[in-house]
Amino acid sequence: MTTTTSSPTTSALADEARGRSTFVRDTLTVFRRAMRISLRNPVWGVMGLLQPILYLSLFGPLLEPLAPSLGATNAYQLFVPGLLVQLGMFGALFVGFGLIGEWRDGVIEAERVSPAPRSALVLGRVLRDVLVVLVQGIVLVAVAFLFGLEAPFWGIVLGVVTAALLAASFASFSYAVALNLKSEDALAPLMNGVALPLLLLSGILLPITAASAPAWLNTLSNLNPIKHVVSGIRAQFDGDIGTPTALWGSALTIVLAAVGLWFGARTFRREDG
Amino acid sequence: MIHARGLARTYKTRRGDVDAVRGVDLDVETGEIVGFLGPNGAGKTTTLRMLTTLLKPTRGEATVAGADLRGDPGAVRRRIGYVAQSGSTSGEARAGEEVVDHALLYGVDRAAATARGRELFGQLELDGLWDRKASTLSGGQRRRLDIVMGLIHTPRLVFLDEPTTGLDPQARANLWTHVRDLRDERGSTVFLTTHYLDEADALCDRILVIDHGTIVAEGTPEELKQRVSGDAVVLTASTPADAARVATIAAQLPGASAPTVDGTLVEVRVPQGRTLLMGLLRSLDAESIELDGVELRRPTLDDVFLTLTGRSLRDGEQPTDTPEPDTTQDGAAA
Repeated sequence: MTTTTSSPTTSALADEARGRSTFVRDTLTVFRRAMRISLRNPVWGVMGLLQPILYLSLFGPLLEPLAPSLGATNAYQLFVPGLLVQLGMFGALFVGFGLIGEWRDGVIEAERVSPAPRSALVLGRVLRDVLVVLVQGIVLVAVAFLFGLEAPFWGIVLGVVTAALLAASFASFSYAVALNLKSEDALAPLMNGVALPLLLLSGILLPITAASAPAWLNTLSNLNPIKHVVSGIRAQFDGDIGTPTALWGSALTIVLAAVGLWFGARTFRREDG
Repeated sequence: MIHARGLARTYKTRRGDVDAVRGVDLDVETGEIVGFLGPNGAGKTTTLRMLTTLLKPTRGEATVAGADLRGDPGAVRRRIGYVAQSGSTSGEARAGEEVVDHALLYGVDRAAATARGRELFGQLELDGLWDRKASTLSGGQRRRLDIVMGLIHTPRLVFLDEPTTGLDPQARANLWTHVRDLRDERGSTVFLTTHYLDEADALCDRILVIDHGTIVAEGTPEELKQRVSGDAVVLTASTPADAARVATIAAQLPGASAPTVDGTLVEVRVPQGRTLLMGLLRSLDAESIELDGVELRRPTLDDVFLTLTGRSLRDGEQPTDTPEPDTTQDGAAA
């Protein structure tokens, strides 16, 4: 080939320049493809939406009389932040199943042999999952208003964005684990094993506080970043966007998203899979 | 087009290191169709995955399509097409869309990708399947769709991993025609793996035989066959007594091996069966020996493989002690 004349160094530099210009484009290509496939089979998106609505309608009413004793005037102000976090986690934790199917079909290998940046292959898919969670979150909040949610507009926007960022983190984590395990049978228990303690120790359903919980349980829950994310959204729903609780929750969310995406991209980049 | 030296891959497993590929040297020139022949587990797919940047070699160097495999895998990726054994399209996606999306990842623009995709669909007899969900295609159609995926960016070098496994005989023959066209009409270089001898024989300009992770022979199919000691002449006598006389006469052919007699069947190996056969028949006729049948068997690649490795390639289709690391040890390797 004629290109033998270019030294590895110059073509590596050319690659880098090309990499920057194509990263966005390749990410969007992967995103559009994933979105198109999801829209053709919307069962999962609808199911994911149905779950928080079931919580709202079947569990929400039980909280209404409890709300004052938990320090909230509006039960849904307390409850919807938890549901948003749950949506972000559970809407994304199991996306790895789809990836294993694609891997089995040879799609991942075909993409990895293309010059597309490896991170674009993960990020494109994660963007699809984030968009799905965003739409689900907006519908959830809209339905919650019908049930009687009262919260400031910017608090709600931040809450939905937090759910979307959590989805980015957990989806990316799920893809990375899926690509390592390459088995649905192994992925399901592992994801459940991660999700259940995170969920129970997050105070999503009932807030875990020094007053409401035994000391050990409260201490343990404080180690769970998800708890602080939930507390952050609750503060935002109270209108306290700038309080330490709210800022701490937002910061942790951003860290989780960054770590998740880094882990996902690293797994796709590795050349011995 | 491909130059590899000492390419090796060792997998670490719980039971210790497994040398999937022990050190492969190979050279493929532009415009060649080269077959990589060996039983399952011989290291074919592992070598291919190294050459296509999917797997980092443990040792060794290679230049693929003019780019250094270790130093510049991105350039290798841009210049090659790879048709994997496991397929390349999602069953949930539509055939044409998969092809166009794949081309976009190579920087081909949408209009050009669509035009090229439609053209390849025509050439590979996939007309009318552009909007079909991939899962509704037949095995042969899905395989040809994989080939479209591998060719959509017009690579100069194409890797095909077991391209015809699982296809019916007609579909295999069709695919061979398409592979030949790649070279004849586009000037592409093709490197394919197979464990079918007839495929290697019919399709390849040159064959590399791999066994236990090393290349044990290489050459054109004819050259490899000439390594086997000659053609087999099989004569069917009318009685066992005649068979003994036939054997005696056949043994006198220049360069003949000791004939074997089985009932009325006499088999003898000679270096140039075609030229010696006529004289042999005349000698038998002069002795008034009647024959019920004459058969001249050219050596097959299976004979070659048997000669080189001491076992039949077909034995290799049974599960062996050396598993194909890509399918069975992924978890351990990852």
